[in-house]
Amino acid sequence: MSASHLRDYWTAFRTIVSKEVLRFARIWVQTVLPPVITTALYFIIFGGLIGERIGDMEGYRYMDFIVPGLIMLAVITNSYANVVSSFFGSKFQRHIEELLVSPIPNSVIILGFVFGGVARGLAVGVAVLLVSLFFSPLSIHNPGVMLIIVLMTSILFALAGLINGVFARTFDDIAIVPTFILTPLTYLGGVFYSISLLPEFWQGVSMLNPILYMVDAFRYGSLGHSDFPIAMSFAIIAGFIAVMYGIALVLLNRGVGIRS
Amino acid sequence: MTPALEIRGLKKTYKNGFEALKGIDLEVAPGSFFALLGPNGAGKSTTIGIITSLINKTAGTVKVFGHDLDTDLQAVKRSIGLVPQEFNFNNFEPIGEIVVNQAGYYGIPRREAWERCEHYLKELGLWEKRKDMARTLSGGMKRRLMIARALVHEPRLLILDEPTAGVDIELRRSMWDFLTRINTDGRSIILTTHYLEEAETLCRNIAIIDDGAIIENTTMKQLLAKLETETMVLDLSEPPPGIPEDSPIALRQVDEMTLEADIRSGQHLNDLFRVLDQAGIRVQSMRNKANRLEELFIRMTRPGQSPSHLTPGAGGTSEQPENQA
Repeated sequence: MSASHLRDYWTAFRTIVSKEVLRFARIWVQTVLPPVITTALYFIIFGGLIGERIGDMEGYRYMDFIVPGLIMLAVITNSYANVVSSFFGSKFQRHIEELLVSPIPNSVIILGFVFGGVARGLAVGVAVLLVSLFFSPLSIHNPGVMLIIVLMTSILFALAGLINGVFARTFDDIAIVPTFILTPLTYLGGVFYSISLLPEFWQGVSMLNPILYMVDAFRYGSLGHSDFPIAMSFAIIAGFIAVMYGIALVLLNRGVGIRS
Repeated sequence: MTPALEIRGLKKTYKNGFEALKGIDLEVAPGSFFALLGPNGAGKSTTIGIITSLINKTAGTVKVFGHDLDTDLQAVKRSIGLVPQEFNFNNFEPIGEIVVNQAGYYGIPRREAWERCEHYLKELGLWEKRKDMARTLSGGMKRRLMIARALVHEPRLLILDEPTAGVDIELRRSMWDFLTRINTDGRSIILTTHYLEEAETLCRNIAIIDDGAIIENTTMKQLLAKLETETMVLDLSEPPPGIPEDSPIALRQVDEMTLEADIRSGQHLNDLFRVLDQAGIRVQSMRNKANRLEELFIRMTRPGQSPSHLTPGAGGTSEQPENQA
C-alpha cells in the first residue's frame, strides 16, 4: 500500500469520524443528555436513597462502588447506540451508498463508524463522571487501566452496534439487541453488586458475561478492587474485539444488508 | 483509445431467481454522451448498480477506462461519479457538508474539498444554500446537489440515472446546458432517462436495453434514420382550398385548420413544401407529431403498440409526471 493511499484512507477515516461526531453533537439533547439524566437518577435513588441502607460493598461505600459500573453502563450503551442507529439510518436513507461507491476499504469504514461510537461513548462517559462528582469523590487508582478499558469496551460495543446495524431491516431490529441482550447483560454484569454476593452456581454463570470483566477491570482502575485478574479481563475484551471486527469485516466484504 | 466503459457478458440473477441481465455487451467511447434507455425493469439500474459496485454481478466483466471491476476496484470507483435515481443523502446534514464529506471519502483534504464544493455548488446555483439542511431543498435542488456531489472528486465518467425526473422545464434546460458543458470539457457521460426528448437532445450514442438484453447500440443519427415514416402536424393560417389526392406525400385533414403529413424514409421536407405550395396551402407552423426517438423506442421495446398506447403524453412534450420513477 502506497503512502498516498494511506493518506487518502486517513482523510476518509477522519471524514467519517468527524461526520459521526457532528451527527450526535447536533442532536445532543437526544444523544448525550438523556443518559446523563438517567445516570444521575441512578446515583440519587440507588446510590443515595437505597445505598444508604445497603451499607458497604466490598469495603466501599455503595455509592462509590457503583460509580465505575454506571460510567461503564453509559459508555457501553452509547457506543452501541451511536453506531447501530447511525449505520442503520444510513442504510434506511440510502446514504450508505456515498461510502459504498467511494474507494474506501471496508476496514476504514468500520474504523470510522467505530471511532464515532467511541467518541460518543467517551463523551457520555465523561459527562456521567462529572455528574458522579456531586455524589462521590473522584477515585482513580490506575488511570492507564481505566482509560484502556473504557476505550476497549467502547470499541467492542461500537463493533457490536455495527453488526446489529448490518443485519437490521427495520427500526425495531435495532432495539431488539439492546433491550433483550445488552441491558440484561449489563445489569447482570456487576454494575450494582459484587459477584461474590452471588451463590456459586450463579457466579459461574456470570463469568460467561463479558461485561462483567469490563466493569470489574474499570472498577479496579478506579477503586483498586477487582474480582478477576486484570490481565484476564484485557485478554477477554481483546479477544471479543478481534472476533467482532472479523465478523464485521466479513459482513461488509460480502455486502450483507448493503449490496444486492 | 481505451473505452470509458466496456462491458462483456454481464449477467445478474437475483436471489429470487429473477434474471435482470442476460449477458449484455456494451461499449462507451471516451468523451461520449451516451444514452442507456429501456422500459421500467429492463435492467438499466441493475447495470448501473453493478458498474458502481452497489450490486454484485453474477457473471461477466466490467472495465472503466481499462480498469477491471474485479481486480482494480478502487481505480474503477475513482473514475466514476454517480447521480442515482433516488435521493440518497442524509436529509439532516447541511448540503455543503454532504459534498465536502463525499470528497473526503475520496481522500481529498478538507480545504481542497471546500474549494471544489464551492465551484460546483456555484455552477449549480446552490452555494447560497450550503448551510441549509438537505431536507429543506426542493426536488430540483436535491437533484443538483447529487450532481455536485458526484462531480466533487472529478470523475472521468459521470453516470446519471434519470437526473431530471420531477424537475421543471426551465431547470431541466439549465441542467442540460450544464451537462453539455462538462461533456464538452471531456467528461464521458452515461444517462438513463424516461424523457426521450432529453436523450435525443443530449446524446450522440445510444443503447436500448429490454428484458435484460441490449437490443440496439448505435449512434443517435443512425438510430433515427431507421424511422420509416415521420408524421408532421401542420397548423394552417387559413382553411385549405383542397387536399391533393395524388400527392407523393400523404396528407390528411385533422380539423379545419390542421393537417397531418406522412413523410416516408427517403422523402424530404422540401417535397412536402412543394406539395403544399402547389396546393395553395398556407402553413403557420409545423411540428413532429411524436418524438422521433420515442416512436422508435416503443416500436423496439413494445412491437405492435403505438406510443400513444403507452405514453399518454406522446407528442413531443414528454413532461408528464407519469414517467417519473
